[in-house]
Amino acid sequence: MTELIAQRASAPISELDRGRLGAAPGRGRRRGRGPGQSPWWALLFIGPTAAGLLAFYLWPTVRTFFMSFTESGPFGGSEFVGIDNYVRLFQDPELLGALRNTALYTVIALVGIPLAVAIAALLNTTGLRGRGVYRTLYFIPVVTMPAAIALVWRMIYNGDYGVLNEVLGVFGIDGKSWLTDPSTALVAIAVVGIWAGLGTNIVIFLAGLQGIPDTVMEAADLDGAGPVRKFFSITIPLLSPSIFFVSVISVIGALQVFDLIYMMLGQSNPAMPNTRTIVYLFYQAGFIDNEKGYAAAIAFLLLIIILVLTVVQFRLQKKWVHYE
Amino acid sequence: MLRSAITRRGAAAVALAATAALALSACSDSGSAAGDGEAVTLEYGVWDQKQEAAMKEIAAAFTEEHPEVTVKLVTTPYKEYFTKLQTSVSGGSAPDVFWMNGPNFQLYASNGVLAPLDDQGIDPADYPQGLVDLYTFDGALFGAPKDFDTVGLWYNTELFDAAGVAYPEAGWTWDDLKATAAKLTDPAKGQFGIAASQFGQENYYNSIAQAGGEVISPDGTESGYGSPEALAGIELWTDLIAAGSSPTAQQMTDTNPEDLFFSGKVAMFQNGSWAAGAYADNPDIADKVNVAPLAAGPDGNQSVIHGLANVVNAKSDQLELAKEFAAFASGEAASDIMADSGTVIPAFDGKQQAWVDALPQYDLQVYIDALDTAVAYPVSKNTAAWTSIESEILSQVWAGSISPKDGLQQLATEMQAALDSESE
Repeated sequence: MTELIAQRASAPISELDRGRLGAAPGRGRRRGRGPGQSPWWALLFIGPTAAGLLAFYLWPTVRTFFMSFTESGPFGGSEFVGIDNYVRLFQDPELLGALRNTALYTVIALVGIPLAVAIAALLNTTGLRGRGVYRTLYFIPVVTMPAAIALVWRMIYNGDYGVLNEVLGVFGIDGKSWLTDPSTALVAIAVVGIWAGLGTNIVIFLAGLQGIPDTVMEAADLDGAGPVRKFFSITIPLLSPSIFFVSVISVIGALQVFDLIYMMLGQSNPAMPNTRTIVYLFYQAGFIDNEKGYAAAIAFLLLIIILVLTVVQFRLQKKWVHYE
Repeated sequence: MLRSAITRRGAAAVALAATAALALSACSDSGSAAGDGEAVTLEYGVWDQKQEAAMKEIAAAFTEEHPEVTVKLVTTPYKEYFTKLQTSVSGGSAPDVFWMNGPNFQLYASNGVLAPLDDQGIDPADYPQGLVDLYTFDGALFGAPKDFDTVGLWYNTELFDAAGVAYPEAGWTWDDLKATAAKLTDPAKGQFGIAASQFGQENYYNSIAQAGGEVISPDGTESGYGSPEALAGIELWTDLIAAGSSPTAQQMTDTNPEDLFFSGKVAMFQNGSWAAGAYADNPDIADKVNVAPLAAGPDGNQSVIHGLANVVNAKSDQLELAKEFAAFASGEAASDIMADSGTVIPAFDGKQQAWVDALPQYDLQVYIDALDTAVAYPVSKNTAAWTSIESEILSQVWAGSISPKDGLQQLATEMQAALDSESE
């Protein structure tokens, strides 16, 4: 294990890390020492991170895995029940709804990516004044407490007194109770999710955009390319490592959505069957119904879904992500 | 008190990880040996900040009787209280004595977490029967009843006067309630007669009993939702919504119905005795509300009674002292302290007057009189498992996406399945 981590640390820029921030220079292929030759002190640098990962991620994951095969009492003590939890999970009528809701939320949340690319490109326009101000404005939601965001958006969406319906009323549109109507609740929450995450994505894309060399753009100018052509033929391909990174992170984040739903809807919301996600199902099993083993099985199913989707994305990146 | 657990839809953050960490760090320091005369510390777990002062006074009174004992108050906000308690019980670091509520009691008692208090000379006759029943498990008393709450009908006198309608009074029937609610409804002003919200303790648990039905059988093994009486109890509320006398379920999910009552958009609002102090402190409504008994259904005007109890951790190092403190904190002297603080109604018989007198502007005697016919709060071994089903199905009934009849059939079946798996 340490061998493996040490290797990773010694490779200057691994394939994976190059996607990050999109601006990684060089095409370094293990220019340093070969595997197994890293200096002993490299362990000191990765030690704290490795220890944290082991204690707070790997160990709980292993425990959760074993827990998913047990039925635990509310006050500790558990008995082995084999695959009972998984059998029950696949027969649970709520699972299908939760999978559908989670998938739908994820698809909507991905709309945030082109939106962030577009805003980042606008912010990157040469000669834009007050860029810092805009950047700050877009970033504020990222540093705001989720509880505060949920509270404010609940007020905005309020069917009787909400600002949204007030504004729609000006245009003669009769708004509804957005968060309690089963047909709109999930979309309404996804909009908040996109809005709250926009800032981070914009910053990542801005960094990527600034890594695109001016010479390429100048060459395109000489070839007579217009701004639209340049955007789609140069900016987007050169930004693709950043887009790839953001899409991987966004999909994982969207699959794990819980806090917004928990805080904005509440348990006896009539729209709950149409908004309950997998993590909400997990919360319900583990913390309301006191079934920790069953909850662990749900968590593991989610882990596998995330794993599969991420592997698929890494496979697909060869088709559209251009490193340089 | 209980309400915050079951119905409040406040927007508060869940820090699951943080809660777990909190529980881990909340190590008991009551491990010192229990010798005669040697200093010992008892930990007392509570959740209501408003009662902290009274609880400290009770702790001090106990120290007067037992100079070697210090009682240390451990306050955890209600939202995290039971999550933390459960973790600390598993980890062996739970307080020696702690507050318990009805929905959670049997879960703890049936798992051997609590110590029976039968040897503490607690006389059941000193406490309301409904509470003694609530905290009795397998024939033994595990909780010393601390306080109680019943439900009354609050109304806005200003709105009644403006409409020229007589105030609610004892002897009212459901028909009076419906007729008055209709009279006080004025769509032009966005004003409703009553808030028929999907609250159990405040609303439909009462009306189901008033119709002659029950939510759960007294032994906690059979769902009562399949009966025509339960259906009548639910339809009282859904009919009020259908008649337009109450805001819709959607409106009441968006805006807390109590806020609508505060702002004069709703004329009547059923609420527990815990509301009295808060209403008296609220300048918006303090002078324009009062409380009346609940309206009677076919079987009477019963209110559910719920209350907290002091229970003892069976694994406490100071078991005898802990038991003694639990009995003391629910006893006569402690009840005087609680009554004077005006925060809750002490469960101890005859100690309620101080609470009634504390707010003479309201007819608080209503809450005490309700004891005569009060019915026990519905609980079972794993109450939370079926209340989540209850809340979810009833939310569809309230929203009108399924009929009360179909909804209750489904609820009865699913709740019964949950109850059956409890007794396995």
